[in-house]
Amino acid sequence: MATATMVEEQVVYQRPEALNDIPTHYCPGCTHGIAHRLIAEVLDELGVRERTIGVSPVGCAAFAYQYFNTDGAEAAHGRAPAMATGIKRVLPNRVVFTYQGDGDLAAIGTAEIIHAAMRGEKITTIFINNAIYGMTGGQMAPTTLAHQRTTSSPTGRDVALTGFPIRMSELLAQLPGAVYVVRRSLHNVKEIMKAKQAIRVAFEAQINGLGFAMVELLSTCPTGWKLTPPEAMEWLEQEMLPYYPLGDYKVADDVAPLLKKRR
Amino acid sequence: MAVELMKGNVALAEAAIRAGVEAYFGYPITPQTELLEHMAKRMPELGRAFVQAESEVAAINMVYGAACAGARTMTSSSSPGISLMQEGFSYIAGSEVPAVIVDVMRGGPGLGNIQPSQADYFQVTRSAGHGDYHPIVLAPASVQEAIDLMGLAFDLADQYRHLVFVVADGLIGQMMEPAEMPPMQPLRQERPDWALTGAEGREVNTIASLELHAEGLEAVNLRLQAKLETIRAAEQRSTEILTEDANLIVVGYGTAGRIAQTAVLQARQQGLKVGLLRPISLWPFPEERLSELSDRVQAFLVVEMNAGQMVDDVRLASGGQVPVRFYGRMGGMVPVPEEILHEIVTVYEKLITSGV
Ligand SMILES: Cc1ncc(C[n+]2csc(CCOP(=O)(O)OP(=O)(O)O)c2C)c(N)n1
Repeated sequence: MATATMVEEQVVYQRPEALNDIPTHYCPGCTHGIAHRLIAEVLDELGVRERTIGVSPVGCAAFAYQYFNTDGAEAAHGRAPAMATGIKRVLPNRVVFTYQGDGDLAAIGTAEIIHAAMRGEKITTIFINNAIYGMTGGQMAPTTLAHQRTTSSPTGRDVALTGFPIRMSELLAQLPGAVYVVRRSLHNVKEIMKAKQAIRVAFEAQINGLGFAMVELLSTCPTGWKLTPPEAMEWLEQEMLPYYPLGDYKVADDVAPLLKKRR
Repeated sequence: MAVELMKGNVALAEAAIRAGVEAYFGYPITPQTELLEHMAKRMPELGRAFVQAESEVAAINMVYGAACAGARTMTSSSSPGISLMQEGFSYIAGSEVPAVIVDVMRGGPGLGNIQPSQADYFQVTRSAGHGDYHPIVLAPASVQEAIDLMGLAFDLADQYRHLVFVVADGLIGQMMEPAEMPPMQPLRQERPDWALTGAEGREVNTIASLELHAEGLEAVNLRLQAKLETIRAAEQRSTEILTEDANLIVVGYGTAGRIAQTAVLQARQQGLKVGLLRPISLWPFPEERLSELSDRVQAFLVVEMNAGQMVDDVRLASGGQVPVRFYGRMGGMVPVPEEILHEIVTVYEKLITSGV
């Protein structure tokens, strides 16, 4: 009779404390859920869950405040950076983040995000760029690619009439108040790991009182794009990456040491 | 505290500071800018938050954020800026957090002008934003009253977790009068238990005006309406002179009420039995007092610096028992006592049948 060696069970993967144990309403293949998980892992690792206040957007992530196990508010469409400013100014030693889609941040809330960055508000913004308005059923976003079909650009985005897609990271990186502005993607495991590192730095920049930090995450919207989840991952890689290059658009001098820290 | 000569806008700002405002967010607009400027100097000096926002839209959403964090917070603006803030008012009312708004009204519509006006009575008393609610609205008629109502506004906002407006017009905002400031109140140390402060050692708090299910949102509305009913019953405010034996009562608030008072006194000198009712809370409208008075007067004359807005509330409260006449000036024109007196005499001759 063979003797079975008993190895003590080890937990290698579990739900972060900062994420509630409830089903989300996100569509299959949507990367909002991955972004939520990364943020929650970072909040746990930094030990700041009980000091954190999240501000949810209007968009598919409107219910994010129910998914994060932190104090949270639901802002008006595009106004999360203003609301976060109000919170942070009266609670300067708390951790305040906004979570915003591309309609929310790059259309209706353009003024609020630019001025929050300009003022160097000590908040962290997670910006989900899925090149479409997901929640309202797939209309053109300011980030929609040239020729991309949406319900409000049914024959493809005509740049002569609607302009070219806006690159928010490049734009915000111009502002001295923004100390850390990077673009990452959620289309494969390697990029997801890099995204998590960036989210961590963006929160650390805030915790160290350095200024405004934003991580743009290229994300999928299979429903809005009318693709299967695997096709959506491919589309992101092939179509979005060339127009939205991944990279660090702003790493202020005093943020640089945070990148070197061992994880 | 000594009586000092103070400008209305500055008095409003300093009164808010004395009432313990922790965070001010605003955007410049005449005729309220001195309020923002006073805050810009005083708030940082006291270690409190001041942000000149990029727009009124941003300012009110900053107020919303600070209110969610449990701070006494406010903004101030004038008519066009108040229009931009309507989004935020609605979210604040919907999520039941306390906030104070000062509206120093000016002439409209559109960019209008910067002269004193009461053209936005409907805008502030009816809802000030989408959805089914009324903010509490207080209307001072002097610099001293502006100071007193500012403190009350913060207390009511906290008590009911609701939006409270102090509405003045350019005249009250810009005029200098002797007035006395209350002593400085200490800043509140404890945050309310519902506030977003980070869930340290407790369950998380969330604040939202979102409720997708119709049953759920109806329940939210019923709760909100029950609160408004309580406010309606408890917070009606008005002041009056010479109403005891009056046959005709003039009704006016703020600057119009103050000018009407002079006209009423002049009418008394001519032997006309005229009194004045000056609403101080515009919502809730002092309908109880107005209804009592309509049992014993023969007519009301409503005076406003608009085309006739509060007059609707007077008609509703008087229940059609007596005629309600209106006199108003618009576009930033301020009536002089003599023209109101003329109106009083005309109405009196036409409608009052006895007691002269
Ligand atoms: C003031 C206002 N205008 C419009 C809407 C309708 N609306 C809800 S979500 C949304 C688009 C959100 O798109 P995005 O920010 O890209 O987020 P996603 O849903 O793709 O995650 C719009 C236009 C609204 N709720 N409020």
